[in-house]
Amino acid sequence: MSEWRFWLNEQRGTLMGLAIFLVMFVVYVANHPAGFTANVVHTAANKGVLLAFVAMAQALVVITAGIDLSVGMIFVLTNCIASWIVVGAAVPSALGVVAVLAAGMLCGAVNGLLVIYGRLQPIVATIATGAVYFGLALLLRPFPGGSVNEELADALTGRLFGVIPSSLVALTAVVLIVWLPFRRSVVGRAAYAAGSSEPAAFMSGMPIRRGKFAAYLLGGLLAGMGGLFLTFFTYTGEAAYASGSAYTLWSIAAVVLGGVSLYGGRGSAVGAIFGAFAARTTGDMLFAFDVEPLWQPLLQGIVLMIAVSIGSLALLRVRNRLDWFQ
Amino acid sequence: MTAAETPPPLIRMEGVSKRYGGVRALENAQLEVAPGGIHAILGENGAGKSTLIKIMAGVVAADEGRMLFDGREVNFRSPAEAAAAGIACVFQELSLIPDLSVADNIVISNPPRRFGMIDRRAQRAIAEEALARAGAEDIHPRAAVKDLPLSRRQMVEIAKALTVKPRALILDEATSALTAGDVAKVFAVLKRLREEGLALLYISHRMHEIAELADTCTVFRNGRNVATFEAGTRSNGEIVEMMIGREYSHVFPPKAIRMAEPAKAPVLECRNLGWTDRLRDISLTVGEGEVVGLGGLEGQGQRLLLLALFGVLRGTTGSVLIDGAPVTISSPATARKSPLSMALIPEDRNTEGLMLPMTVRENLSFAALDRVSRGGVIDRDKEERLIDDMVRLLEIKTAGLDVPVGALSGGNQQKVVIAKWLMRTPRIILLNDPTRGIDVGTKQELYQLLRRLAESGAAILFYSTDYDELIGCCDRVLVLYDGRVVRELEGGEITERALIASALNVQAGQEGTAV
Amino acid sequence: MSETSERRMSIRARLPGFLRRADPAVVTAFGCILLLLFLGSLYSSNFLSPDYLLQQLKVASFLGVVAAGMMVAILLGHIDLSVPWVMTAGAMMACAVAGFGDTGSVAAIPAGVLCGVAFGLLNGIGVAFLRIPSMIVTLASNVVAQGLMVVYTGGFSPQDSAPPAVRWLATGAVVPGLPNAILVWGGVSVAMVFLLTRTAFGRAVYGIGNSERAAFLSGVGTRRVIMTAFVISGALSAFGGVLLAGYASKAAQAMGDPYLLPSIAAVVLGGTSILGGRGSYFGTVAGVILITLLQSILSVMQMPEAGRQIVYGVVIIVMLLLYGRAPPNR
Repeated sequence: MSEWRFWLNEQRGTLMGLAIFLVMFVVYVANHPAGFTANVVHTAANKGVLLAFVAMAQALVVITAGIDLSVGMIFVLTNCIASWIVVGAAVPSALGVVAVLAAGMLCGAVNGLLVIYGRLQPIVATIATGAVYFGLALLLRPFPGGSVNEELADALTGRLFGVIPSSLVALTAVVLIVWLPFRRSVVGRAAYAAGSSEPAAFMSGMPIRRGKFAAYLLGGLLAGMGGLFLTFFTYTGEAAYASGSAYTLWSIAAVVLGGVSLYGGRGSAVGAIFGAFAARTTGDMLFAFDVEPLWQPLLQGIVLMIAVSIGSLALLRVRNRLDWFQ
Repeated sequence: MTAAETPPPLIRMEGVSKRYGGVRALENAQLEVAPGGIHAILGENGAGKSTLIKIMAGVVAADEGRMLFDGREVNFRSPAEAAAAGIACVFQELSLIPDLSVADNIVISNPPRRFGMIDRRAQRAIAEEALARAGAEDIHPRAAVKDLPLSRRQMVEIAKALTVKPRALILDEATSALTAGDVAKVFAVLKRLREEGLALLYISHRMHEIAELADTCTVFRNGRNVATFEAGTRSNGEIVEMMIGREYSHVFPPKAIRMAEPAKAPVLECRNLGWTDRLRDISLTVGEGEVVGLGGLEGQGQRLLLLALFGVLRGTTGSVLIDGAPVTISSPATARKSPLSMALIPEDRNTEGLMLPMTVRENLSFAALDRVSRGGVIDRDKEERLIDDMVRLLEIKTAGLDVPVGALSGGNQQKVVIAKWLMRTPRIILLNDPTRGIDVGTKQELYQLLRRLAESGAAILFYSTDYDELIGCCDRVLVLYDGRVVRELEGGEITERALIASALNVQAGQEGTAV
Repeated sequence: MSETSERRMSIRARLPGFLRRADPAVVTAFGCILLLLFLGSLYSSNFLSPDYLLQQLKVASFLGVVAAGMMVAILLGHIDLSVPWVMTAGAMMACAVAGFGDTGSVAAIPAGVLCGVAFGLLNGIGVAFLRIPSMIVTLASNVVAQGLMVVYTGGFSPQDSAPPAVRWLATGAVVPGLPNAILVWGGVSVAMVFLLTRTAFGRAVYGIGNSERAAFLSGVGTRRVIMTAFVISGALSAFGGVLLAGYASKAAQAMGDPYLLPSIAAVVLGGTSILGGRGSYFGTVAGVILITLLQSILSVMQMPEAGRQIVYGVVIIVMLLLYGRAPPNR
C-alpha cells in the first residue's frame, strides 16, 4: 500500500526513535533477571516519564528552529513550587496543580516573548532565563524539603489495575490533550512552517509569531508537567542545579534521537518521547548486562554519538557543495 | 475573434512605472488582459516583464500609474491581498514549505477546519481535487514537498494556485522545469481554464509553447510594451526584431585584433563536461588574452558551468584541461592555486562574494591571505601594499579601509569582489554576471578592466544577462540552452539578433513558423 | 534600523577617537564593570582595594581561559557544549599523569591539554566533516568525556592531588603580588589576540562566521579551519580545567559544570554575536570580568545564591536587549 509508504515517510523520525527504544528495551528486558514483569515496566516507565515530558517541551521549541536551554530549570522550578502548594485536601491540591502548570506556562511565555518580540537569540536568551528560573527555585527551596499530596502522588506514579503504570497513562493523556491538538491546529502548522522555511511561511501569510509563541508557551507547560511528576516521585522539592542542566542537555539528545531536526520543521513530540525512553533505557540496559554501572555514562555517550552521526550519511548525496551551507 | 466580440479586460495596467534605485525597470507600461484568453508576454532579460507581474501580484508597489481589476482601481499591498481579490501567481522561486506535505501546502492559506482543528480528510479531498485539476494525479497528497523533484514541485505550485479559485492566473516561467509530458498536461489545464473564463498571463521563453498556447502576445522592451498582436500573425523573425532595440548607453573598449596561434594550447579547455541533467556535453576553449562570453536566457546552466569549473560541483563528467594538460579540480581551494590560478566572481556578492559586516581591508585580502602571510602570520605591510595597489587600480571609493564593506555602494562592492581576486593575479577569470545591479559608470570601468586583464594575458569566461555587454566585450560568445551549448558566435556574428534568436533556440532568419 | 543606527552614529561622533573606534558592546561591558565597582564601593570601600581586585582577576582567569576557547567556536557560528567534562577530563588526566613520579609531573600539563585536543578533534570532525550541528556533537562528546572519567575514577573524586607545577601555575606568584593565574590568562589573551587579528586562521574564522559560503568560494579550506577551531576550544577548556585543579589542589567530579553557561554568557556579553562572525577578544575579557565581579559582589553583599542567580540572569537579559538584538523582520 502506498498510503503506508507515505505514513512511514511522515513518521520516519518518530519511528526511528521508537525502533531505537524498542531494540534497547527488548534487549534490556530479555537480559533482566526478572524478565518482562509489571515491576520492570513500571520502574522503566517512571524513570523515563520525567525526561519524556522535558523532551516534549524541547521538541516543541526545536520544531520552530529554536532551542530552549532553560527547560531543565523550568522543570526544577515547578518541582519546587509543587512541593509548596500541591498539598492538603483534594481541592487545594487541584488548585495547586493548576498553579504549577500555570507557572510553567508563564516561564515558557517569558522565553517566547524574549525570543519573538525581544528578537534575542534563543540560545542566550534561554540561558539567562534559565538562571532566573533556577534562582527562583532556590528562593523557594534553599534546602530540599516540602511535601506533596501523597494520595495524588501515589495514584499518578502507581499502577492502574495492577499492571499499567499510571505515569504512562498520564503521559498518553498529555499527548492527546496537548500535543495532538497543537499539531492539528493552524497555529501548530505555522510553528512547523516557521521552522521549515520562514520566508516561504511569510509569503503564504501564515501566523508565524503566534505559532512560535504557542510552541514556547506549551513547552513551558510540558516542562511544568515534568516538574509536577518529579514532585510526585520524590515527595519533595529540591533546587538541584546539576539535575536541571542534565535534564536540559538530555532533552536535546532525546529530541535528536527521536527524529526531530535541530534545524526545525521536522519531527514530533511523540518522537521525542521515544527518544527520551531510549536514552533512559541505554543506561538500564547496561545494568541488565551486568556491565558495571560505572560504564553506563560512557556507553550512553557512545550510543548518542553514533546515533547523531547516522544523519550525516545524507551528505554523500550532495552534489553541489554549496548545498552544504544552507 | 473580431474586435467587437472582445470582452472588457479583467486586468488593466495604465502608465505603470517602477524604478529600482537608479535603474528603470518599467516606464509607462500599458497592458490589458482579457478574461477567457491566454496572454503571452515576451521580452529579453530585463525588459520589465517580471516587474510588471510582481506589481500585479502585490509583491512590489508601482511608483506611478494605476491598475484596474474588473473595472475597479486596486492597490495591493501584499500577495495575500492580491490573492483575496482573485489573482493567483505561480512564481519561479517556489513558495512551498519543504517539510510539510503536498496537501498541507496546497491548502496553506485557508485550511479546512472542524472544531478548530485542521480537518485532514477535507484537506486531502481539496488537495486531490486540485492536483487532479492540474493534471498531476501522480503526486500523492501526503508526500513531503522536499522529497519531490523540481518538476513535481512546480506542479504542486500550480495546483496550489488553483485552489484559491482565481479569476486571473499569472504563470511566470512556470513550465521551465517541467518535462514534455507535464507541459502537455499543464497546457490542457490552461486551455480548460481559458474555457472557464479565467484571464491567464503566461510568461515563457519557449517560443513553441507560446505558439501553441497564446491568444494574444505583448512584447516588452526597455520597460515598455512595444507591440501587442494576435497570436499567429507574426513570424519568429519579426518577434525577435521587436525584442531588439535596447538603448545603447555604453561605450566599450576596442577589442584586440587576435592573431591565430594554433601552436599554443588554450589556457582553459573543457571537453564534454556534464553534471546531472543540468549540464550536458559542454566543450569550450578559452585562449590567452581572450574574452569568451556565455549567453542565453537565465538559468540555462551558465552559473553551474562556472561552478563546475571552479570545483564546487561533485560528480562532473568529462575533462578539464589547463594549458593542454588534464586537471582535476576538487574544490575552490585547488582551483585558486597554481597551476590553475582561477578566480570566480560569484553570482550574489552579498552572500557569496563578500562578508558584508567585515571591513573593506579584510574582504580585499580574504582570498589572498596565503599570499600575504608567512607561516600563517599576516605580513601587514605586504597586505597594505597589495590592498593599496588594488584600491588605486580599481578606483574603489571608500571612506577608509576599515569601514564595513556593506556600507559601500553596489558598484564599489562589486569592485571589491573583483579586486579581492585580482590580488592573486589569476590566469583564468570566471565572471558570473558581474555588472548586475551596478551603476553605468562602474560598468564602464569594469569593461575597460576586463579588456586590460585580457591584454595582460588572462583567459576570461564571462557570463552576462546583458546582451550589450556580450556584444561589446567578448571575442566569442557561447549560447547555452537547457544545459547545452547551442551556438557559438564569433567576431561580427555577435549581434543582438543572433544572440536573442539562439537564446530562444529558434532560427531568426526562418520565416513562416507563425507564432 | 537606519534611524537607530543614525542616532547611534551621531552619539558616537561626539565621543573621543579611541572610543569611537571601539565596539559599542565592548564599551558598554567595560562601562558596566566600572558601574559595578562603583556600586560595590558604596557598599564597602574594600571593593576598590588592589587585593580584592587581584583576587577577582585570579578567580576570573579560569573562566577567562575557558571563555577564550568558547569564543573561537562562537565566532564560527558554532558552540562548544563539551566544556564541562573536557575541563574535568583535562584536570583529572593532568593529576593522574603526575602520579608517575618526576617525568609525570613534567608531563602533567601537556597531558591535560592533549586530552582536550583529542576531544576537540572529535568535535571538529563531527562539525566540519559530518556536518552534525555543533550543539549536538559537543553535547555527545561531553557525555563521552563524562563517561570516560566516571570509568576512570570509579565515580569518586580521584585521590591524586594536583602536581606542584600545576598548583604553582594557579596559585603561585612569580612576580610578587601578582598571581600566576593572571599571568597565564594574560598569556592566553595575548595569543588569542594575535591569533584572531594577525593570522590567516583568525581572518578565516571571522569569514566563516559571517558567511561560510563566501569563505568556501574564496578558496579557504573551511573544514580544516573549523576543525582547528574546535581543537583550540577543547585545548583551552582542558587547560582551564588543569588550572582549576591547581587552584583547588585536586580534580573533582563535575568541577567544570559551573563554567559552561558563564563562558557562553561572557562571550556574548562581550559583544560577540552568537550567530558568529562578529566580536572582539577584548569584549570577551570584559564579559569574563563582568560576570566574575557580578558573582563576587553579590556574594560579598551576602545575597543568597537564589538572588545571585536571578540578578545574574536579569543582567544578561537586559544587556542583550540593549545591544544583542537581531534586526527587525528577519
